[in-house]
Amino acid sequence: MNWPSLDDFLAMGGYALYVWGSYVMVAAALGWEALMLVQRRRRALEELRDPAHEEA
Amino acid sequence: MALTLPHPTAPLRWTRYAAPSAFYALAGRLLPWCWAAAALFGAAGLLVGLGLAPTDFQQGDAYRIIFVHVPAAWMSMVIYLALAFWAAVGLVFNTRLSAMFACALAPSGALMTFVALWTGSLWGKPTWGTWWVWDARLTSELLLLFLYVGFMALQAAHDDPRRGDRAAAVLAIVGAVNVPVIYFSVTWWNTLHQGSSISFTKAPSMAAPMLAGLLLMALAFWAWAIAVALHRVRSVILERERGAAWTRALPEARA
Repeated sequence: MNWPSLDDFLAMGGYALYVWGSYVMVAAALGWEALMLVQRRRRALEELRDPAHEEA
Repeated sequence: MALTLPHPTAPLRWTRYAAPSAFYALAGRLLPWCWAAAALFGAAGLLVGLGLAPTDFQQGDAYRIIFVHVPAAWMSMVIYLALAFWAAVGLVFNTRLSAMFACALAPSGALMTFVALWTGSLWGKPTWGTWWVWDARLTSELLLLFLYVGFMALQAAHDDPRRGDRAAAVLAIVGAVNVPVIYFSVTWWNTLHQGSSISFTKAPSMAAPMLAGLLLMALAFWAWAIAVALHRVRSVILERERGAAWTRALPEARA
């Protein structure tokens, strides 16, 4: 392993802002995408169970 | 009356999966494998990239952004080519499912493009001294983001989804020229963005553990993108085929 301690790992040689700023954004983006997937499927299934009727 | 069954040794007709109902079921069976692959490759890639690969002599640990930036950038291009391909197939053969799949790919591609631009910017600041520069690679990747958003907006702007599919397909096909521009930009022009360290024709110029981490993360992003596309296309199918009896008869659609 490269890192003598957890603090060293988190510090990323002084580049913590850039490295973790990147990885956190990736995690946030993928997490948001997964959430959107779940919501879209749920809405589609609800529509099938109980179709919303248009106003006349 | 005799019930006719398919001959037991008849070859598999792949074209049956052009039917939304058949593909819906197939995608459902493939999904767990894709999610598992994404998780496994992702865990392995992060372990190698963040834990095992050594610090770079020139860039220090800032280079570790490579393990998310490059896979996202690769996927942004691959997804666009897949989108343009399926949109073209849908346009030429008038197949509904092809267009639905293109529709399902677009948000993923846009997200990968955004991630590539964001992580690239964060990598550029400590190494180049700037968050952004209008060089050929960065500019063409930004254009890719606009193409994805344009595709989605154009499709959604039509009341008739099939007309929307056709209009968006034309945009997708025309915009496909941007992908080779992005790819070759670092060769064709003087760019601040570095040239390729990995090519199809010669040995890579980066250290083995770094390359291993990069390839594992690339596989992870690819598996994730496939999983997301399969999941999303199932929702698109349910939305578009809601008039058909088979959708309403699905166990998950029963109250």
